[in-house]
Amino acid sequence: MDRHAIAYRLKILADAAKYDASCASSGTAKRNSKGGKGIGSTEGMGICHAYAPDGRCISLLKILLTNHCIFDCHYCINRKSSNVERARFTPQEVADLTLSFYRRNYIEGLFLSSGIVKGSNHTMEQLVETARILREEYDFRGYIHLKAIPEADRELLDAAGRLADRVSINVELPTETGLSRLAPDKSAPQIEQAMGGLKQAIAEAQDAKKRFRSAPHFAPAGQSTQMIVGADGASDVAIIGRASGLYRLHGLRRVYYSAFSPIPDASAVLPLKRPPLIREHRLYQSDWLIRFYGYGAEEVQGAAEADGMLPLDIDPKLAWALRFRDRFPVDVNRAPREALLRVPGLGVKAVDALLAARRHRTVRLEDLARLTVSVAKLRPFIVAADWRPTALTDRADLKALLSPSSQEQLELFAA
Amino acid sequence: MTPALALGRFIALERPDDFEAWRDAARACLMAGLTPDAVSWAGDLFAGESGAPPPLSDASQPRVSRAFLQLAQMAILHSEPQRFELLYRLLWRLQRDTRLLQDRADPQIRRIEALAREVRRDIHKMRAFVRFRTAEDAEGERFVAWFEPEHHILRRNAAFFVNRFATMRWSILTPRGSLHWDGETLQEGPPAQRGDAPQDDPAEALWRDYYASTFNPARLKIGAMLKEMPRKYWKNMPETALIPQLVAGARARELAMVDAGADLFADEQRPASLGAIADALQACRRCPIGCNGTRAVAGEGPRNAALMIVGEQPGDVEESEGRPFVGPAGRVLMEHLEHAGIDRARTYVTNAVKHFKFEQRGKRRLHKTPTAKEIDICRFWLDGERGLVKPKLILALGASAVRGVLGKTASLEALRDTPHTLDGGAELWVTNHPSYLLRLQDGQRHEAEQRFAADLARVAKRL
Repeated sequence: MDRHAIAYRLKILADAAKYDASCASSGTAKRNSKGGKGIGSTEGMGICHAYAPDGRCISLLKILLTNHCIFDCHYCINRKSSNVERARFTPQEVADLTLSFYRRNYIEGLFLSSGIVKGSNHTMEQLVETARILREEYDFRGYIHLKAIPEADRELLDAAGRLADRVSINVELPTETGLSRLAPDKSAPQIEQAMGGLKQAIAEAQDAKKRFRSAPHFAPAGQSTQMIVGADGASDVAIIGRASGLYRLHGLRRVYYSAFSPIPDASAVLPLKRPPLIREHRLYQSDWLIRFYGYGAEEVQGAAEADGMLPLDIDPKLAWALRFRDRFPVDVNRAPREALLRVPGLGVKAVDALLAARRHRTVRLEDLARLTVSVAKLRPFIVAADWRPTALTDRADLKALLSPSSQEQLELFAA
Repeated sequence: MTPALALGRFIALERPDDFEAWRDAARACLMAGLTPDAVSWAGDLFAGESGAPPPLSDASQPRVSRAFLQLAQMAILHSEPQRFELLYRLLWRLQRDTRLLQDRADPQIRRIEALAREVRRDIHKMRAFVRFRTAEDAEGERFVAWFEPEHHILRRNAAFFVNRFATMRWSILTPRGSLHWDGETLQEGPPAQRGDAPQDDPAEALWRDYYASTFNPARLKIGAMLKEMPRKYWKNMPETALIPQLVAGARARELAMVDAGADLFADEQRPASLGAIADALQACRRCPIGCNGTRAVAGEGPRNAALMIVGEQPGDVEESEGRPFVGPAGRVLMEHLEHAGIDRARTYVTNAVKHFKFEQRGKRRLHKTPTAKEIDICRFWLDGERGLVKPKLILALGASAVRGVLGKTASLEALRDTPHTLDGGAELWVTNHPSYLLRLQDGQRHEAEQRFAADLARVAKRL
């Protein structure tokens, strides 16, 4: 047993867990703690209880059960050959810590992952046991996200799904060759197979829920995954293709991208230079285009440059519009929703507001100004009652006109 | 029109967030035919009668959409003094154009929507940023929070906290009023002050530890943090006091990580001879073992040896004599080599790590296993030796030697018994380190020695 104080181990095991990007606590079944002996509730929307200076939301207590690991994945701070300090929690300690934070309204719940100790099944059993203590012994009704170990037995993954709101398995790298080079102990087919199994169990539970109100939940917030960007040579086109394949095949709620960032005691196999954080942002934007804007994966891939990378200086939607200028200008008073969603500068909300407003008025530029953030960005791509871009849409220097000027980040804490 | 109507109406609501009262008054005003200009909702001086007016004789029941009610329920909680009047103006227009609300480009609707949006955000941020601290009262443990909402959202948010913390006893204190839950009923209390809430909580130190540890210094995005967690909320959140120091230290922490991953041998030429390696080793300080003050022990053997034997690291005797494999384990190896018919004089023997890592126990220096990182750093020298000697066969003794040769950790048992072709064509054979044999008891030792001998015999055959 680990003799160090809880605080000491918490620092190690939170530090070890922070490279998992997901912190979502949304989209699960609604619950509250009225009439129970326990505590907790979930609404449709998750809550971010704090933000760290890295801009990420802190919604869940995100820790590892242990950072001991028998695997040796090069990109991972917890790999066997890394010199980081090791620590472990018992399931009971994690459950108690979760409740202590939850009662003070610090968190929405728990996101628990673990290094692989002894074996995949043993590790998965420990994760499931933590969730079981929380749910059954403390009647905890808050959010639980469990990391699933793809090599573990199906029964253990099923047990995780019944206790947790979300389960996730990381594909880690966009290509199979990257995975076998950087994560020699993991197998892509095994990961895919486990994801397929979860997809099936989630679908079955949803189906049963429709027919019997009392049917048990199975990961009501679905499954997600994470890909590391910039640790291998995969291009944005390859990453987008992989992500859209995952959405299609395994019904994932989210694919998270994590720009590879320097870790203490890095392996020599990794690139020394980190990819620009903006690359991760561009990938998320492309993800949004596919999920909410009706773009096909191949269309977003069409916005990439010849080297297969999305431009970093402009967002993929603008890049796409600049490349396919024959689709513009779009008439804001007549165009269908799908065409409006392609206009750079018009978001989903703005488009819906525009569709409602144009039933009442012929939309002019000043109306658009009230519905959107910036009309200047829109103008080359639209026709309004009092506006026609004439030659603007075809200008060769349009990209330069629309690119945001490079802005230095403000020094907030400078003396 | 009666004179009273010409003068207008003054309507005062008892509570600033009372939507029901506003709706009743607004309905009465509509039925009395009062234009928006004829009703005053604020507390300013206004000539006219106060209270709800009587309806006109031919007035019909006003009707509004559900969407308006939802919008108004939110907007009315805003601290903007004109909210009642703005809502009545919109309500008045809606009686003439029922579909008006869909026109999101209408300036008045935009304004009210903005109010509602700000209220929704305040509600959300209160759910996020309330921090309970524990206190003891007559009945036991009570969780108490001090929060400063911007709008009149306290009552509206009560259900959320009741649902979530139903089995806890808690109070939320604000400058606009307070809520108290005893596990069964909710009570409202008067406005409170910061000093009424506890000033500390035992869990906050742990929470601050978590906050600092979950932050990734390699990706500073202060703007993104401030957008969602503006400074106005910071004073009531225990973790935010850490932010300045986390931000200030971030760049240094990132650079240290990048430094640690930098190529330590960027300034070192590929050594041209085994002698050059032996000389350079003495000055190598690239890992902690190289810095422990011991003498480096270089490899030994002919430059054109067909067999290279790689051990782990020099031991106490090796360090004193400056030669590899001259201690107890070395003697075991030499015995077995002789038995297998392998001539040490024609073999190149070396170690994965060239300095002696030890732990001082009294007068004795006890062997300590090198870390993977240390082995990886020292690979530069082993690679140099391999490049010069170009052996046909490499025999790796133990896991550290395997890591030194392959550059990754691999299972001894999985690699044993069969040869593995390395980049460059050499054949790798793997067996135990002889010191492993020394640690075993008689029965086990005999068995392990037989396997060790068999491994060496196989290697001898390939020579």
